[in-house]
Formats: sequence, structure tokens, C-alpha cells
Amino acid sequence: MAVLLDVYRAQFKVALALQLQYRVQLVIWLLFGLVQPVVHLTVWSVVAQASGGSVGGYSGPELAAYFIALMVVNHLVFTWITYEFEFLVRQGTLAPRLLRPVHPIHWHVVDNLTYKALTMVVMLPAAGLMAAIFRPELHTSWWEVAAFVPALALAFALRFLIEWSFALIGFWTTRVAAFNQALDTVAIFMSGYFAPLALLPPQLQVVANVLPFRWGLAFPVEVLLGRLSAGEVASGLAAQAIWVGLAFVIMRLTWKAGVKQFSAVGA
Amino acid sequence: MSATPSATPARGAPIIRVERLRKSYFVHERAAGTAAALRALVRRTAREVKAVDDITFTVAPGEVVGFLGPNGAGKTTTLKMLSGLLHPTGGEVDVLGHTPWKREKGYLREITLVMGNRNQLQWDIPAVDSFELNRAIYRIPQEQFRSTVRELTELLELGELLHKPVRQLSLGERMKCELAASLLHRPKILFLDEPTLGLDVTMQRRIRSFIAEYNRRHDATVLLTSHYMLDVEALCKRVVVIHHGRLLFDGQLSELVSRFSPHKTIVVEPLDAEVDLSPFGEVVTAQEGRVTLRVPKAETARATERLLASVPIADLTVEDPPIEEVIEQVFAEERAEDGDPVAAVTAGV
Repeated sequence: MAVLLDVYRAQFKVALALQLQYRVQLVIWLLFGLVQPVVHLTVWSVVAQASGGSVGGYSGPELAAYFIALMVVNHLVFTWITYEFEFLVRQGTLAPRLLRPVHPIHWHVVDNLTYKALTMVVMLPAAGLMAAIFRPELHTSWWEVAAFVPALALAFALRFLIEWSFALIGFWTTRVAAFNQALDTVAIFMSGYFAPLALLPPQLQVVANVLPFRWGLAFPVEVLLGRLSAGEVASGLAAQAIWVGLAFVIMRLTWKAGVKQFSAVGA
Repeated sequence: MSATPSATPARGAPIIRVERLRKSYFVHERAAGTAAALRALVRRTAREVKAVDDITFTVAPGEVVGFLGPNGAGKTTTLKMLSGLLHPTGGEVDVLGHTPWKREKGYLREITLVMGNRNQLQWDIPAVDSFELNRAIYRIPQEQFRSTVRELTELLELGELLHKPVRQLSLGERMKCELAASLLHRPKILFLDEPTLGLDVTMQRRIRSFIAEYNRRHDATVLLTSHYMLDVEALCKRVVVIHHGRLLFDGQLSELVSRFSPHKTIVVEPLDAEVDLSPFGEVVTAQEGRVTLRVPKAETARATERLLASVPIADLTVEDPPIEEVIEQVFAEERAEDGDPVAAVTAGV
């Protein structure tokens, strides 16, 4: 454990140095992350007003709270590994990493966390500014704030493991982007990114509860906004834990099969 | 031509044991044109390519072995299987008691693979930062890390290079840093794939003498492929010649020359520059009063004797032909045996 911490510390320094090389790129990516929630928020606020002040149980200020929290949470849990992995395989940079006595996934975890740590410096003031403009309304009690922490951590783990496994398709085909597009399209609706899941037709809400996407984004947001009962929070955390366990197994199996494939056809 | 059995390891039990190693790839192929492209959508035809075909050899600790062969001979594929990157199609490999492609951590800490055409150093940051990362990854104790960096800095004359972003370094400077990064954990075995690729002569020599010095100091085992014959001549007493995935020769470099070269070269400086020496052998060059003759090996002594007896001579030396020529000879013989009419293989050694 101490050894892994040392590796993480060293990787963090490298990741930080690398990311500070590209400050402009960092800001541009961040801006993209800010624009979409604002658009969604504006659209749904208009819809809420038009339908008599609320839609799907969300008032205008509650929608504001939802999308501002969503923006921050999504920023904390998102990954870009599916874009990167194909590149790693094709460029041949993955091969030397396979010959190091540490699993390549650790580098991506550190890289991801470093980026988050750096960009939160801009993200939090941006969220504050949006709060000042859109006047969100929260009904959060202390225990929900406490429950938000594990919900967020599990969401991060879940997103990371699923998307990392998904990226491993790059071992078999160099067209991961197409698969990724399909996954993204489903995720946008089923994760609560486009709109709170309460706005979906009831049948789709059932589907969303079964799929992993909600547990990787909307759930921690709902916990933070105080929209769930204690029972719902507890069963949600359990669902997250089950999905994380499942995703871990999937990741291990895909990795094993992928590396085998990779080292069979020419690393 | 049959493969020579491995040279008997001079220094103890083998550290690398390779037995009947094979690696085949399936490549999809189709004819040119749209019709063929459409047909390929429905049915793809695959052809088996034997990159490595039944290779057996052993390496003793501390040996420096050079792999020779033209492009596509199977040298890199062999190194990749020995380092653990590639899973073989058949055969057995034992390196330091490990099966390489299992990539056990204990194994990976004992070896290194350096590829002249790939980098492991992060492009945008100074090499010294990547070194620090390797220290953590390979669990190198601080004290040992510092002394190793000091040693490598001195041997490779790294100095200021370590503190510049890698992308600002020249190809040669980068290779020096790559080598240093790959050796921080003091691997017992070095797999070097074209470590001098694209470097100028001075830098090639620097890298070469570094590898020799490293081998001497740490008794490290080195397996090296190179296109530059000088690398092999300077570093490797033993060479393994691979062609079309098969092992053609395994033994001392000197033996390679004596076995495959049916000729010797006699360089003569006759007192009379105009004298015709063609009766004594095949005249290869005649410039500035020096004549180079090629004679069948068996007749070297007689030709020399006759020359000395019948022509007034200022100087005479008998030499082995250049190693490049010998290697070409090896591949030429193999082609003839294959009955390969194309014979388009360039002996890239």
C-alpha cells in the first residue's frame, strides 16, 4: 500500500507537470463543461415556467440547483479514457507500459484526479457565479451531505471502471470512437445529464434504475439536493456498490482478454 | 543449411533458455480494386506469416549476443517474446526462471526493453521527472537511485540534458536519456532493439561504449539487434543470425566469418604499380598502388607464396572480407537453398 502511494505521489507530480504544459487546452475543455449545463438549465427553466412553475416535481430554482450540482458532480466523475486508449494502442505507447511492474490503470486514475484537482479551482467559482445568477433552492440536511461523499466516490469508481473496460475495445478494433458514441447517447438520457430522471416516462425510469448510468451521475446529485428518503439513499448506495463490484470484475476480465489479444497479434 | 547448435555457455548455467520458439501472425489480404474490396467484406482471406519459426538457443549470464538479420527476419519479434510483450504461438522460453509473457512483477523488475523507435520518457517534461516516476514504479531505494543516476549521468554525459523537456532534445540526446531511464532499476537483462537507430556516428560510438561498459560493470546480459554491423562487431563476441524467422547461425563472430566466407582478401602494394596481378586472384579494386585480390580460402597460402616469389612487393596483408559481405553471403546461400527466385531481400546488416 505504501509502495502504491509512492507511485501515486510520483505519478501525480508527472501528471501535474504535463497538464500545466497545456493550460489553454485545460481552460477550453473546462468551458465546454460549463456551457452545456447552462443551456439545459435555461431550457428546462422555461419549460417549468410554461407548465405552471414546475416540471416533474422540480421548480425553477430546484432545476437550477440540480443542474449546478450536476455540473460539478459530472466534472468530478467524468473520464476521457475511451478517447485516449485507442491512441495509446495505435501509437505503440501502451506496449512499454505493459512491461512496467505496475498496472497501467493507476496512471489513468492519477491523471484523472490531477486534472480534477487542477480544474476545481475554476469550476467552484463558476458554480458560485451560476448560483448567484440562477438562485438555486436546496433542501439538504447534514446527513445528506455526509451520504453525498460515498455516493460521489462510488460514482467515480463506477464511471472509471466501466469506461476503462469500454476503452479496452481498442485492443480489438481501432474504431472505439463509434462504440463510444453509442454509449454516450444512452448515457446522456439514462444518467440524468440531459434532464432529471423524474422527468422521464415512468417505464424509462425503471430502466434507468437498472442500468448503471444513474448510479454514476444523477444519484449523488439527488442525494446532495435532499430529494431522496433515507431508505432510497441506502438502497442507492447498495446499488452503486453492487455495480462497482460488477464493473471491477468486468474490467479485470476484459483487461486479461484484451492484453492476451494484444500480445497475440503484435504489441 | 542447418542451424548450428548453441555455443556452449562459457559462464555458468543459462540465464535465458529458448526452445523451439514459434510465432505466427495471420494477415488479411485482398487484391487491389473495388470488387476485391467488396468481396473482402464478405469473405476475408488470411495468410499465415511465420515471423519466428522454431528457434532454439541459450544465453549465459553476462553474455552480449547480437541478433543479425534483414528487416522482417524476426529479430524484434523474438526480443518482444523474450521480454514478455508478445505471446508465442509455440515453444518454450525461460528467462531468469520466469515465463516472460506472464509478466510477473518480479520478472519485469529484472529486465528492460529499449526500442530505438519508441520512447518511454514523457515528451513534455524533463527526463529527471520521468526518472523519479521510475524510481517509485521499480521501488528503487533512494540511496541506490541517487548513486545510479549519478553513475549513468557520468557514463552517458547527461548533465544538463536531464533538466530540459525531452521534446527539446536531439534524437541522440533523447536516446541517451531513454537508456538511462531503462537502466535505473539495474536490470539483469537488457533487450536492446536497434538502440542506435538513426544516430550519427559519434553518438553510435558513445552508446556502444556505454553498453560495453555497463555490461562490464554490472555483468548484465545483453541481447541486441542492430542494423549497424559496427555495433555488433564492437559489442558481441557471439552472434545469432536469423532469416525468415529461422536461425541460420549461432556462434562466435569470428566463426561466422570463417564458416560462411569462402574467400580471403589479399591487399598488395606492388613496387611496380602497373603490374598485372589477375593471374593470382580476382582483382576487386586497384587504386593508388594498392590492389585488393579475392582468392578462394583454400588457396590463400599458395597465392601469397606465388605473389611474393614472382612480384616485387612493398607490402602484403591477408584479411577476412568485411563482415557485411559475409552476412550477405549467408543470406544469399539461404535464398539459393529456398529456391526463392525473387531474392529481393536486402541484407540490412
